[in-house]
Amino acid sequence: MSLSWAAGDSVLERAPLIVRDALTRALPEPWRWLANSLLAILVIIGLAGGLFAGLTLVERKLLGRVQNRPGPNRAGPGGIFQPIADGIKMLTKEDIVPRAADRVLHFAAPVVLLAFSILPFAVIPYGRRLVPVELDAGVLYFFAAGAATELAVFMAGWAGHNKYSLLAAMRSLAQLISYELPLLLSFVPVILFAGTLSTTGIVAAQAGWKWGWIPHWHVFSPAGFAGFVIFMIAALAESNRSPFDLPEAESELIAGHLTEYSGFKYALFFMAEYFGMIALSAMAVTLFLGGWQAPLPFLAVIPSYVWFAAKLGGLLLGFLWIRATFPRLRLDQLMRFAWKFLVPLALLNLGTAAFWAATFEWPGALQLVRWALAVGLVVGPFVLLGRRLGAGYAPRTYRYA
Amino acid sequence: MNLALVLIALLTLASAGVALARPNLIHSALLLIASWMGIAAFYLWAGAEFIAFAQVLVYVGAVSMVVLFAVLLTRRSRADLAVGPASAGRAAGALLAGGAVLAVLAHAVIATPLTAAPGGPRSVTVRELGLELLGPHAAALLAVGLILTLALLGAVLLAAGERREPEEPRP
Repeated sequence: MSLSWAAGDSVLERAPLIVRDALTRALPEPWRWLANSLLAILVIIGLAGGLFAGLTLVERKLLGRVQNRPGPNRAGPGGIFQPIADGIKMLTKEDIVPRAADRVLHFAAPVVLLAFSILPFAVIPYGRRLVPVELDAGVLYFFAAGAATELAVFMAGWAGHNKYSLLAAMRSLAQLISYELPLLLSFVPVILFAGTLSTTGIVAAQAGWKWGWIPHWHVFSPAGFAGFVIFMIAALAESNRSPFDLPEAESELIAGHLTEYSGFKYALFFMAEYFGMIALSAMAVTLFLGGWQAPLPFLAVIPSYVWFAAKLGGLLLGFLWIRATFPRLRLDQLMRFAWKFLVPLALLNLGTAAFWAATFEWPGALQLVRWALAVGLVVGPFVLLGRRLGAGYAPRTYRYA
Repeated sequence: MNLALVLIALLTLASAGVALARPNLIHSALLLIASWMGIAAFYLWAGAEFIAFAQVLVYVGAVSMVVLFAVLLTRRSRADLAVGPASAGRAAGALLAGGAVLAVLAHAVIATPLTAAPGGPRSVTVRELGLELLGPHAAALLAVGLILTLALLGAVLLAAGERREPEEPRP
């Protein structure tokens, strides 16, 4: 084995593969392939589960910090064993199934939801050599797997034989369907720039640096930036995160379509929600933030999967920060925001992206004109639509505060 | 390989069959969605990756919602979910219409000459598919887009109706 420390082929870069090969070397060929695949699946489930547990703790600690209180601090030093305590609590709670419930669907809903929320992790490129499944239509696979979770929401709401949970499920579905549109439209510019639907291809298209220090990430172009912002807002709504968490709205709706669930099934729904959040953040990193690429050339010494993890962690912390900062929207505000603001912006962004891709070859000073025009195409509609959305609503005055 | 095809076909047909037999409409709808998933699995088996994912995205993600919403909005109560034919005449009409559709589809399948490509099936990349769709078949694609847009506008017109809601009180 040759040891080279050059970026891209260093020992650290290949470390996960070296460990894997050491484990499965003894097996004959077809079995080795199977063992490698199973190992990849186990690692993904383990990492996603670990990230879920860690994220619940970080979220509660961070929320506590933002709201000037300690957060969980009883289980273990500084509360670090809180996820384990939560897990034991959830496992030992009584699992209540309403007498009138549709037992099969009541059981199937969390299982279907969890299964479909793990599937998207298969096509994410976690590092230069760490792609579980390479698909020609990887991005399409990702969103197809995500689309099926709506079904589980309906099953959960319907199976409990409770009119309130059914109503909440319908509200939740309306939200999911409304935000699916901007979510799917927002990354079309990226597909246009990269010219491929494969996740590895999209990351490869973002390689390199302009003038040696500006990375070629899609977020650093006007259409890409607008797409990134729309994608993140829609991702918040798709994963039921605050300020779009009104399907659950634990303080008002007693968890909406999850009202009739308890114990570990309830925990599974939360696990799926966090998996969805992690998967969408990982996809945002892949589509807009250069995937596993290092931000500066000399930083490429650090292995690619560390960069991926750092970017993913940053986006997830952003999700938590938003939860700590914004109040929950009302349903009509949510719908108006999706249909009158995000969808038109995402549609107009397609035109900006086409302009950006068509003028790629413009020489010299015309590049400045290109930048000015593209930025105008992004900012103009944003300002105009934003004004229309807020027209007639005076700034709120707090008379008694 | 053929074992996989048999399994996929059995699952698809079984869920479709049970969907027909269930008295509960919601169960039928969910089983129908399972059968659509089976068809997506068949596309995957046949090497048509793009079509398979599009099938899941469109049918399991979107059409399923239309079906479920339609079922819920047209029933008055849970007891109303169990359906039977209202009269013998209606049952006969349903059988006749269904049989006619089946006959047309069966004839189309039988009459189409299905020649295998020389050298076995070839997997087509998404890029080739896109170029093919937007090149020689651009007119058909545009026509489909136009029809769908018209349907969407019609739906908006139907939903918006004539009534004028009083203005929302402004804070």
